[in-house]
Amino acid sequence: MAGFLLRRMVSRGVLVVLAGSLAYLLAAAALDPRGGFEGRVPRPPESVVDARLSALNLNDRVPLADRYRVWAWGVLHGDFGRTQEGEPVDAELWRRLGVSLRLLVPGAVLGGVLGVLLGAYAAARRGRAADRSITAASCLLLAVPVFVLAVLSQTIAVTVNAALGVRVFVWAGESAPEGSGALVDQARHLLLPTVVMTLAQAALFSRYQRGLMLDVLHADFVRTARARGLRRRSALLRHGLRTALTPMTTYFAYSTGLLVLGGVFVEKVFGRHGMGEWLVDSIGRGDVNAVAAIDCVAACAVVLAGLVSDVLNGMLDPRVRSGATP
Amino acid sequence: MTRRGVAGLLLLAVVVLLASAGPLVSPWRWDETDFTAFRRGPSARHWLGTTQGGRDVFALVLHGARKSLVIGLLAAALSTGAAGIVGMVAGVAGGLLDRVLMWGADLLLVLPPLLVVAVLAPGGRWPVLVPVLAAFMWMLTARSVRAAALSASGREYVLAARFLGAGAPRVVVRHVLPQVASLLIADASLAAGAAVTAEGGLSYLGLGVRPPDVSLGTIIADGQGAAAGWPFGAAAGLLVLIVLAVNLLGDGLRDVLDPPRGAR
Repeated sequence: MAGFLLRRMVSRGVLVVLAGSLAYLLAAAALDPRGGFEGRVPRPPESVVDARLSALNLNDRVPLADRYRVWAWGVLHGDFGRTQEGEPVDAELWRRLGVSLRLLVPGAVLGGVLGVLLGAYAAARRGRAADRSITAASCLLLAVPVFVLAVLSQTIAVTVNAALGVRVFVWAGESAPEGSGALVDQARHLLLPTVVMTLAQAALFSRYQRGLMLDVLHADFVRTARARGLRRRSALLRHGLRTALTPMTTYFAYSTGLLVLGGVFVEKVFGRHGMGEWLVDSIGRGDVNAVAAIDCVAACAVVLAGLVSDVLNGMLDPRVRSGATP
Repeated sequence: MTRRGVAGLLLLAVVVLLASAGPLVSPWRWDETDFTAFRRGPSARHWLGTTQGGRDVFALVLHGARKSLVIGLLAAALSTGAAGIVGMVAGVAGGLLDRVLMWGADLLLVLPPLLVVAVLAPGGRWPVLVPVLAAFMWMLTARSVRAAALSASGREYVLAARFLGAGAPRVVVRHVLPQVASLLIADASLAAGAAVTAEGGLSYLGLGVRPPDVSLGTIIADGQGAAAGWPFGAAAGLLVLIVLAVNLLGDGLRDVLDPPRGAR
């Protein structure tokens, strides 16, 4: 198991380095930071703009390879450079990472667990009313893009608030400007965004889990367990679900990208100042260093999810642990 | 085909028909402004009401749907084609080429696609969006195609064809392509759904289709908020309808062409 994990870690590490470099090169080649400076009123002289851009390592007249070298050297020393305003990217990055994680982690965990349970339940009740309604709901939810879901939930909340005359649902930002920091207030602000993330995640996972569970429903080992006298419920839970969960770990790794993406829309719609919102704003401004840093963190997140899925896979599947299958 | 697949096909046909025939039926052009009606509800004059700027929602939404459909279908076709070629080449050729191609796929999988697409897309008109979207959608399909091609190219009849002197291109076209075609067809349909969603999301953020061009994403972005219900409702509803139709069609096709083990 240790050797297997080590090998995976090395190859994933190389992938992250390359992906980060690719992200920087694409951002540096495609975005136009000069436009942001030249658009200011009054328009600064060209020499001033040039000097400012060079100081921030954003000057498009410096060859891309040189800019990349400066950036990579900085990243190796844990410095993602400076934003267009000259603030260090690092400080902002860590602050916003916290904001994003407070949204993504509860959404992913709740959605994942709910999805797996619903999917397994639907498979066990195959063809009955429960299965039909769960399948139909997940099918419909999968067709609703996250941003539509987020705007829709906001609209519903506004209507409910207006109908009751009390502000039941609040969402703008992380907490109210007065009384900021109170845990209850933060949780209230988190409610709607988390519901949106959870719904999107649960729809996806329940669909996968139902398919996987159907595969093992009539498997020989489940029949053996029943023949030994286990009830259907415990045979399915202990033998069926465990086997059906193993491929789920791979889906989990793949779905991380979707989760991060959903986070971008939810943050934008609900005005949470996390990484996703920063990314969209930075692309609009042409802020190369910020965009590259966010892409790097996203790549790290996907790779970390892959590692977690490897570990889970090893825990659930003895064949991986013993090295019988790669 | 399963009931689901038929339902998806019918829905898709309705949407395509609406999008293509809508402008002929509608009394308003999508870029026409009615200066006597701003932000009105549905009426005989404007079937789905008007936007804040006095545009006819019915015509506007159908125009947006046409753009979304075109972008989605083109991107899906392009990405599926790329996935088929890369996957089959990797699976049949094997060796170094296989490793390099799959490694490239892994590299692109690590970067959340829309984040990169969002960086690349701005500034261009909508045709630029199609290849950029497609460039970040082919990886997972290519992996499954490779696996299918690998197992197909090890079969006896393929080996026999090889020993009879058939070259690699002939083997690919005659023996491997039919094996992976079902997978590709089903995935193309699902990719279209993903592409329509991605386009809508990008345009919603203001990074995809830009004014004066209109797509469902831009209408949703303009129409959000409780004040302007009709444009948002119509555009969001149509977007969901398109994605639902394509997803159902893809599921139905997959059930028929590539039945899951033990499920039936």
